[in-house]
Amino acid sequence: MTHAPSARQQERIAFRRRQAIRSVLLAALSTAVVGTLLAVGITGSPGWPRVRQSFFDPDVARKFLPDILTGLWLNLQLLVFCAVLALALGLLIAVLRTMRGAVFFPVRALATGYTYTFRGLPLIIVIYLFAFGIPGLRLQGTPDVLVLGGAAIVITYGAYLAEVFRAGIESVHPSQVAAARSLGLGYRATMRHVVLPQAVRRVTPALLNDVVALQKDVGLISLAGPIDAIRAAQIGVAQSANFTPYIVAGVLFVLLALPLIAVTDWVTLRAARRQNAGT
Amino acid sequence: MVLSCQNVRKVFGDHVVLDDLTLDVAEHEVVALIGASGSGKSTLLRCVNLLAEIDDGTIHLDGEEITDPRADPDLVRQKIGLVFQSYNLFPHMTVLDNITLAPVRVHKRPAAEARDQAVQWLERVGLAGKADAYPDRLSGGQQQRVAIVRALVNSPRLLLLDEVTSALDPELVGEVLTMIRDLKGEGMTMVLATHEMGFAKQVADRVAFLEAGRVLEQGPPSQVLGDPVEARTRQFLSRIIEAGRL
Repeated sequence: MTHAPSARQQERIAFRRRQAIRSVLLAALSTAVVGTLLAVGITGSPGWPRVRQSFFDPDVARKFLPDILTGLWLNLQLLVFCAVLALALGLLIAVLRTMRGAVFFPVRALATGYTYTFRGLPLIIVIYLFAFGIPGLRLQGTPDVLVLGGAAIVITYGAYLAEVFRAGIESVHPSQVAAARSLGLGYRATMRHVVLPQAVRRVTPALLNDVVALQKDVGLISLAGPIDAIRAAQIGVAQSANFTPYIVAGVLFVLLALPLIAVTDWVTLRAARRQNAGT
Repeated sequence: MVLSCQNVRKVFGDHVVLDDLTLDVAEHEVVALIGASGSGKSTLLRCVNLLAEIDDGTIHLDGEEITDPRADPDLVRQKIGLVFQSYNLFPHMTVLDNITLAPVRVHKRPAAEARDQAVQWLERVGLAGKADAYPDRLSGGQQQRVAIVRALVNSPRLLLLDEVTSALDPELVGEVLTMIRDLKGEGMTMVLATHEMGFAKQVADRVAFLEAGRVLEQGPPSQVLGDPVEARTRQFLSRIIEAGRL
């Protein structure tokens, strides 16, 4: 059975449609005005010709793009490895911090100390300490600086992600734990089948947001020496006495982040919808 | 005796919730706990299931002391089913997974067998089509029936029901009570905390009136609800009648 809208309802629909068209036009107009003002303001500034030459030189960009792209491939690989390992480490630490009982005091204390320390310590310092300090010990089998730098990133981000996971674990209502325990499930089974699945679902948007931040921070590996996109751009800047390679690297990083940001937004939206779709 | 609580005491800070409480439940017996909010009904059920630790006294299940600190709480809970006022189904699992979680993970039964048993139960309680639904798609009455099935598939020696109809819309209470009545018919030993006096009268073999953490009066429903000895019981029941619930 189809419902025929009344005259009043049709009027309402028509009114809303007119309103929608009006707001789209208004948004387009204001965007054009702001864009024009910005363009005129920047290109009309006294220093613009110089800035354009040293930051937006197409020839320089073309010359160093292949090297920067090669470097970006390293960033991408590093991002995947670091993200997976940091998520695993964060989850482990978060679970360790929830363990009750006197026996686990040292474990809890260590996990807590770790999250406090590495959330406070700047990543740059951790990278320096790992990449230059550990080889300085001259131990046999010291891994490559790339691995050491990656480890610094994993350990720093693991501390942040642990706190996100912990927030998720604590957001699961105690009655869920009571229900699981009343069925005879032990602590581990309750964690694994009841608490963690709900906790992880709830904090996925926050975790992805941290992975977006990680995406650009893997660029700090360049401080330790490996030739990633930023290091390649730096070499380009030194060779050409022109800042354009940095702009190229910056644009590439943004392009790399876009899909991840889109996924984050989508997951966040879906989570919000599910939250509101209660009975 | 399936359950035997002797001189049980439970305190929260300065507040004495259970005070020297003694209660026995025989095999196939259904005992209804009545009393005002805060009289200790829910706390007693949580203590029996070891979700709360008692501060004195003993609790025995089938003659074994479960409040012995050396007893494994997980093993004890495997023999006792508990159904909550707010259902507490796992929202991230389907109805079927909610029911088969403990049989598969705790009792190590083959998944297919646990599944078949769950489906049979769901058919029995009129929820055959809901096996793959998530709890938030079910009405309160349906959720509570799933929660009862989830407790029953572990074949508990004792089923504890904690005000299982209190969160339900009035028209959904009946379907849950019918299910409990059927369980009594099958000889399930049950302790139920309830505000449904009419139901307590129908289904319980014995009614225990709790007041300030003690069993003040207990006996057959007709006596406790119809002709109580204690003044406090009469007072409580007259308030219930005023509210139109008996």
